[in-house]
Amino acid sequence: MLVKARGPVQAVSANRLSDGIAVWLGPDHRWVDRVEEAGAFEGEAIAQALEAAKADMAARLVVDVYPLDVRVEDGRTIPTHIRERMKALGPSIRSDLGKQAEAPSAVIL
Amino acid sequence: MNHMPQPSDFGPDNAGPRHNAPDRHAGVYRYDELDKEFVFQRVEQFRAQVERRLKGELTEDEFKPLRLMNGVYLQLHAYMLRVAIPYGMLDSTKMRRLAEIGRKWDRGYGHFTTRQNLQFNWPALVDVPEMLTALAEVDMHAIQTSGNCIRNVTTDHFCGAAADEIVDPRVYAEILRQWSTLHPEFSFLPRKFKIAISGTPQDRAAVRTHDIGLTATRSEAGEVGFTVYAGGGQGRSPFLAVKLRDFVAEPELLAYLEAILRVYNQYGRRDNIYKARIKILVHELGAEEFTRLVEEEYARMPRAEYALAPEVVEAIQTHFALPPLTALPAESEAFDEAKRSDRAFARWTKSNLHPHRAPGYAIATISLKPVGGIPGDVTSDQMDALAELADRYSFGELRVTHEQNLVLAHVRKDDLYPLWQALEAIGLGTANVGLVSDIIACPGLDYCALANARSIPVSQAISERFADLDQQHDIGELKIKISGCINACGHHHVGHIGILGVDKKGEEFYQILLGGDAGPNAALAEIAGPGFDYDGIVDAVETVVKTYLSVRSGPQERFIDTLARLGHAPFKEALYGAA
Repeated sequence: MLVKARGPVQAVSANRLSDGIAVWLGPDHRWVDRVEEAGAFEGEAIAQALEAAKADMAARLVVDVYPLDVRVEDGRTIPTHIRERMKALGPSIRSDLGKQAEAPSAVIL
Repeated sequence: MNHMPQPSDFGPDNAGPRHNAPDRHAGVYRYDELDKEFVFQRVEQFRAQVERRLKGELTEDEFKPLRLMNGVYLQLHAYMLRVAIPYGMLDSTKMRRLAEIGRKWDRGYGHFTTRQNLQFNWPALVDVPEMLTALAEVDMHAIQTSGNCIRNVTTDHFCGAAADEIVDPRVYAEILRQWSTLHPEFSFLPRKFKIAISGTPQDRAAVRTHDIGLTATRSEAGEVGFTVYAGGGQGRSPFLAVKLRDFVAEPELLAYLEAILRVYNQYGRRDNIYKARIKILVHELGAEEFTRLVEEEYARMPRAEYALAPEVVEAIQTHFALPPLTALPAESEAFDEAKRSDRAFARWTKSNLHPHRAPGYAIATISLKPVGGIPGDVTSDQMDALAELADRYSFGELRVTHEQNLVLAHVRKDDLYPLWQALEAIGLGTANVGLVSDIIACPGLDYCALANARSIPVSQAISERFADLDQQHDIGELKIKISGCINACGHHHVGHIGILGVDKKGEEFYQILLGGDAGPNAALAEIAGPGFDYDGIVDAVETVVKTYLSVRSGPQERFIDTLARLGHAPFKEALYGAA
């Protein structure tokens, strides 16, 4: 499902092609594993980030690229929609699975 | 193209003794060499497709339909592999292999679904060909678990064992599986297509919520046949299937179903995904006109070529013969004594057992809904233990139910107490089948890319609210079904209490529906009123249940009967106050 991002600050999400794990585009247009480290883009930078992400889709790094609304807190990128917070963490019913199992997160449900 | 099964397709099992002694009797279809070769070829085909995708020789747009044809979705956190469990039938060998796959390539568990299938939630794409090879080695696959084709045919989970059965629906489900698998005319239908068969008028397969629903029956002359329904389904536009014919005789079954599919293929909409299911076609044409088109098509068909020959049916029936049951007395002193001495066991026997056709045996449902548990989830260790219990107590056979539970269909009454004790030891001895905590829940926002709200945590919280099993038994039969979006994978339209999760400005919200029923008195639930937020939904469900307890005529009156007698008004008033 494509989340329609409408806010002024956006990140770009995707899943890695080889294993499907969620990733986000970093500020330097390299993919990062944690949403807190994702680039928070504004204005024309959003379109540039999406272009970079689509190029990586063509280069077989990622699939299912889309933008999402975020806010920045203490320098960390936090999704605003619950779906994206869930994607950033892992299943809320299994704290031993997903990103939340790997390290504590600034994202909360 | 005539893709009808021929007797030669169903030859005797010549695959040799591939299984342990117990599951030589298990009620699953046994592949012949052609079946096995086909499935292995398909795996190799998909392995090459994955390699081409990873090398960039296939784009995602080109690859996506290919992976979906092999059961591979991309979900929220990862890929998901949906494994076909035809009509929910498993044997211990297959169950052990599912455990092994979960342990080796996933995260040590699997999720049983309302389609009687199993889903792995975390496979890496690069590993899927190996997972499919491991499945093929035990005659399993993931073909047609996705895509716009005929999906896994579902059935009554007590088939072949229940005392009230007219025919064994597995026989016809297997015939339909062979008829529909890779059928060229049905490979690109307007949308997915689901068929359910009940071997009894009791309808334990929810037939009227399916694209085609079949209920076994006999003519006055004793001839086997089916009442045929079409155009049912849930989702954003829920409809109960309409009856096309009271009786289609067994030899005519394939031809009649093919006529329905042909009409759907010709007239079903392909321009709008939301209007593409057969339920919309039946609704827009009207039952009478749709039936007329089917009958016209049926009259045009060379029906003799499609006739289901008795020898074909008999050949399939041999795969589903009763296991070698022992002649036993109807009553078991050991069973009766255990019930007298262990109240918890007695409670389990009340909710989780069903009468078997043979004296001295019972059908045991294993609840996959422990209090606070995740409906349908089973760990690899539990799968291994269940396989062992199936070997020990039920001829190596297990079934998956559309209500996300498992069934051991042929258990001696003498063995029920040790079986339950063993289930208790692995956390699966909960005495709640059909009760308030036996909740169907879709994966919801915790896993599903389509969902708007979480389903599983709501089911867990309701289950914990009603954790007291004595209270649950006092409340009696009450079916709660929860979906995390309008696609209704959690069957909320046919819940006695249905719950639908929606997105409200980026946060979860939940509608309550009342009065749905998936059984022989099929009914669609009605929305009670405004929704509740995540923190309020469990209280709202409790309000409905408490209202029921305060207005029921007595403990024998089920929730759904009270609702039918009094209407929705007392429940709406309790939820929202007087109008």
